[in-house]
Amino acid sequence: MKFTLSWLRRHLQTEATLDDIAETLNRIGLEVEEILDRAAPLAAFRVAHVLAAAPHPNADRLRVCQVDAGAGVIEVVCGAPNARAGMKAVFAPPGSVIPATGLVLKVGEIRGIKSNGMLLSMREMNLGEDHDGIVELAAEAPVGVPYAAYAGLDDPMIEIAVTPNRGDCLSVRGIARDLAAAGLGTLKPWSAPAVNADAASVVDWRIEWPEACPYVLGRTVRGVRNGASPAWLQQWLSAIGLRPISALVDITNFFTIDLGRPLHVFDANLLRGNLTIRRGTDETLAALDGKTYRLGADDCVIADASGALSLGGIIGGATTGCTADTTDVFIECAVFDPVRIALSGRRHHISTDARQRFERGIDVALMPAALDAATAMVVALCGGTPSRMTAAGTPPATARTATLTHARLARLAGEAVPADEAIASLERLGFAVITRNEESVSFDVPSWRNDIAAGTALDPAPGLDPARLADAAAGAAVMEPEADLAEEVLRLRGLDRITPASLPMADLVPRATLSAAQTRVQRARRLLATRGLLECVTFSFTDAATAARFGAQTLVRVANPIAADLDTMRPTVLATLALAARANVARGQADPCLFEIGPAFRGLAQDGQLRQAAGLRVGATPLDWRKPARAIDAFDAKDDLWALLTSLGLPMDSLSVTADAPGYYHPGQSGTVRQGPKLVLGYFGLLHPGIIAALDLPQSAGFELFLDAVPEPKRRRRAAPDLPNLQPLRRDFAFVVAPEMPAETVLRAVRGAERHLIAGVSLFDRFVLPDGSVSLGVQVVLQPGAQTLTDAEIEAVSARIIAAAGKAAGAVLR
Amino acid sequence: MTESRGPIMQNDIDALRERVRADLAAANDLRAWDAVRVGVLGKAGALTGLLKALGNATPEERRSRGASLNALKQELTEAIEARRRVLDAEALAARLEAERQDMTLPAAPARAGLIHPISRTIEEIIAIFGAMGFSVGEGFDIESDWYNFGALNIPAHHPARADQDTFYLVDDAVPPRLLRTQTSDVQIHSLLSATPPFRMIAPGRTYRADHDATHSPMFHQCEGIAIGEAVTLAQLKGCLIDFLRAFFDDPALKVRFRASYFPFTEPSMEVDIGWNRRTGEIGQGGDWLEILGSGMVHPRVLANCGVDPRQWQGFAFGMGIERLTMLKHGMADLRPFYESDLRWLRHYGFSALAPAMLHEGL
Repeated sequence: MKFTLSWLRRHLQTEATLDDIAETLNRIGLEVEEILDRAAPLAAFRVAHVLAAAPHPNADRLRVCQVDAGAGVIEVVCGAPNARAGMKAVFAPPGSVIPATGLVLKVGEIRGIKSNGMLLSMREMNLGEDHDGIVELAAEAPVGVPYAAYAGLDDPMIEIAVTPNRGDCLSVRGIARDLAAAGLGTLKPWSAPAVNADAASVVDWRIEWPEACPYVLGRTVRGVRNGASPAWLQQWLSAIGLRPISALVDITNFFTIDLGRPLHVFDANLLRGNLTIRRGTDETLAALDGKTYRLGADDCVIADASGALSLGGIIGGATTGCTADTTDVFIECAVFDPVRIALSGRRHHISTDARQRFERGIDVALMPAALDAATAMVVALCGGTPSRMTAAGTPPATARTATLTHARLARLAGEAVPADEAIASLERLGFAVITRNEESVSFDVPSWRNDIAAGTALDPAPGLDPARLADAAAGAAVMEPEADLAEEVLRLRGLDRITPASLPMADLVPRATLSAAQTRVQRARRLLATRGLLECVTFSFTDAATAARFGAQTLVRVANPIAADLDTMRPTVLATLALAARANVARGQADPCLFEIGPAFRGLAQDGQLRQAAGLRVGATPLDWRKPARAIDAFDAKDDLWALLTSLGLPMDSLSVTADAPGYYHPGQSGTVRQGPKLVLGYFGLLHPGIIAALDLPQSAGFELFLDAVPEPKRRRRAAPDLPNLQPLRRDFAFVVAPEMPAETVLRAVRGAERHLIAGVSLFDRFVLPDGSVSLGVQVVLQPGAQTLTDAEIEAVSARIIAAAGKAAGAVLR
Repeated sequence: MTESRGPIMQNDIDALRERVRADLAAANDLRAWDAVRVGVLGKAGALTGLLKALGNATPEERRSRGASLNALKQELTEAIEARRRVLDAEALAARLEAERQDMTLPAAPARAGLIHPISRTIEEIIAIFGAMGFSVGEGFDIESDWYNFGALNIPAHHPARADQDTFYLVDDAVPPRLLRTQTSDVQIHSLLSATPPFRMIAPGRTYRADHDATHSPMFHQCEGIAIGEAVTLAQLKGCLIDFLRAFFDDPALKVRFRASYFPFTEPSMEVDIGWNRRTGEIGQGGDWLEILGSGMVHPRVLANCGVDPRQWQGFAFGMGIERLTMLKHGMADLRPFYESDLRWLRHYGFSALAPAMLHEGL
């Protein structure tokens, strides 16, 4: 919402400076977005009289001018072809800054003649493109007066952001009222001039769709002359970025801004019969914005016998608008249903000043006065004879009451506001006291404040207990108007004035902030970073091809993506990590090692959103003089995953790996990690060669862990540890197994061969024998308990180990 | 008697001593040293022989000569051991010298893993609000229309919906599910599931159909909500001031509250902090920087969740995590947060071993 200072002063009597006004607007919730003071860069420039303009003795094109800018005659050298004696021009004194160039003007000598300033062109002042000559002012322009003031540019433009609840502040008068209520001056009284009219309107209204348009007024003014509007009106509209069009159109724009009252003017002679307000009937409208819209049954249309003439409350039609030829005008002043306006405007992507105001709600009580004021201005600017007002429908009820309870206000704010102050500020906003006692005060809500005590229906949680809902709804009915009024009182008082109070603490030392599951996420993040992986935050969406490549069975698609490559929710974090890795490789950043903790999307339901920790190592191990670099392999990913699982406190003996990882992994070099037979914790392995090729990545290995699948560690008191005094013994076994035999089978069998003595089993060696079978070197740690083991006992354990490995895996000693 | 069996003269002993000392000095390795040792003290050694010969001497001779020989034996034994120690030391020194390596060779390359700045900021937020008794709640990235809008007093026609360019999902549900535009959905989850009084924050991913230098289609917010019978606007201000001063590590940070509007709070406030527009310095200077939105939870929001606003009231706030991060660390550009450029991650990342802990300082 833009307005100028002088436009504000039309409604506000104030001595406040521009800075005060801006600060107050910010404080009370009308946030200042921009202040454009066009006079500031022009402050030094004066209206000057060129008394003489003689040819320059040393240059054909230059003239030596004697200039009076109000402080004596000054000699100025000027190169403009139009510089001549007797003209009025704009003079820039030495020391001033030329807006177009930013240069400081100095006293200079031009071809031997001193020049004590400059006569300016429009372009030099950044006021236009004209640079053919210097600005030529009217003969009566007063010498010595600041040019900005003379040209009407000394009126700062203020733009504020109006929040959706404050439709009333989409008018200069509403802003003035708020500022006056905040103590910045007095709201000037305003009333519409009386319109004397005898004749009936030649156009009448008919409302067929009262839900969309409950009430409409109108009147004709016959015999108008629709020329350009006067300079002041053009200047006001231009200053806020509205292009002056013609007096009739400018008048409607003026009242839209001035009173927040959108109006529409029809050329009455172009109308075929009376006007009907009805649903659209799948018809087209050539609108004032040059576009054509197809209007349907959900659009509120103003039509005559020929069809739709405008999309009510949103945009007018081109065919019946007022032109220079208009002699009879019909002025429309209606109220439309805000919800239908909002939906219709959004559906057609039309943003207009009218829509903006109707969808926030206009002041219904102002309609007759606004129509009278507009009529009076039409008559004043264009002449003509107004008709009586014609109307249809009934004005929607605006009467509402709201109660402010002082104790509730204090309870909400955390400190008391003096009752008199609270009531006075509401009265300045137009609230009228109905009753008042010690505890509370009730008000009539002004018609323009449809955000107060609006009483709209709740949108309760599905399945809420009806009794609980009834209580809550009763509470809201009481508390919403209270909160509405509290907000008004507090914002006018200044929210900054409320003394901050730190939250009282129930416990000086608070309990743990995070749940066990949340702590696990933090721990996983730290663990992965300590393993040399860099944490990334990648987008939750990717392109459909990548999503499909990474195993999405059913793609979760974005209906309105901002880009085609961001139209599908990622089925695994690994998908976007792989893209991030590719981007790094493409940048010449070799061998990225990345991880991310974030959501993966397997469906729209809540259980389709899985929290994953995923990591990816690309390329080769780092260059190291002690060991040659090698390509990343599946076990690099397994190392990461195992370190992660260990750090999360999983009982590692209970995990198993099966060779059934998803298809984006190398089928022979990947695994699924399970706890027990069913619970899948995650996957690891080499990325599938097809994916590597498609993404143009070197060999890469990744892992995924489903963090929410990791069971909560049991919180048990630790038993006292068993720390035997006797030294453990180590025995090595070399087993030979068939090539397809999983090592895990051998190790598990060995581990389980003796429950009490075997304290550890490690695979220290693995190689393939010439016949293709595999040799596994296994070291077993035997921990004697109370007594030293005899040779016979050791032999017995060894035999059991060999037997177990043989039975489970067909392993034989080499 | 083929040789004198008379008393062995003292000069024999002296000669032996001198010879052994000379031999020891000449023994430059353990082998030579051992030959000397065996030649003196071994079974057939010179001194051993003399001691054996003592048996044939007269008791008197035995006494005097025995004492001399034993003294010699002790002396030579010590000399031999001393020489051994010298040789050992020399051998060790030689070995150590031989084992000398270039200790300027590089250590194994450590791949630096680091925590993303967004995670770091979230950790700091959790640490500070945790100290004020808040727990951490969670919502869903994919939400129903009701959790994101309806429950929060944003009906379908509300202009606030047009301000928030919402991503909708291809969905059979009517209205379709969406990617949450704000973490405020967590307010609703907590109001429905938690029993007041409670305090909760909720950091998380949010989505809006907006992409330019200062907007990302995905970004992070942190929601906060405190509900009680007497949770006041004054406490909202205190809580946010306490947070901002701790987060920016500036106990004098200037904080300003301006009236504003959000559909789900009333009264609503924008919160500004002092900064210097020219230098970008936080806390000082005469300019103001909008940093978060806040307000008292709207009675309709409470009622929509079955909470009676006559009994319970409270405050809520929401802040942009990227914005806080950029301000705290003087980062100019939003886009690199999501581009995973190794160089950027290494430059701005945080050590995993220095998590955000109030007692270690943020």
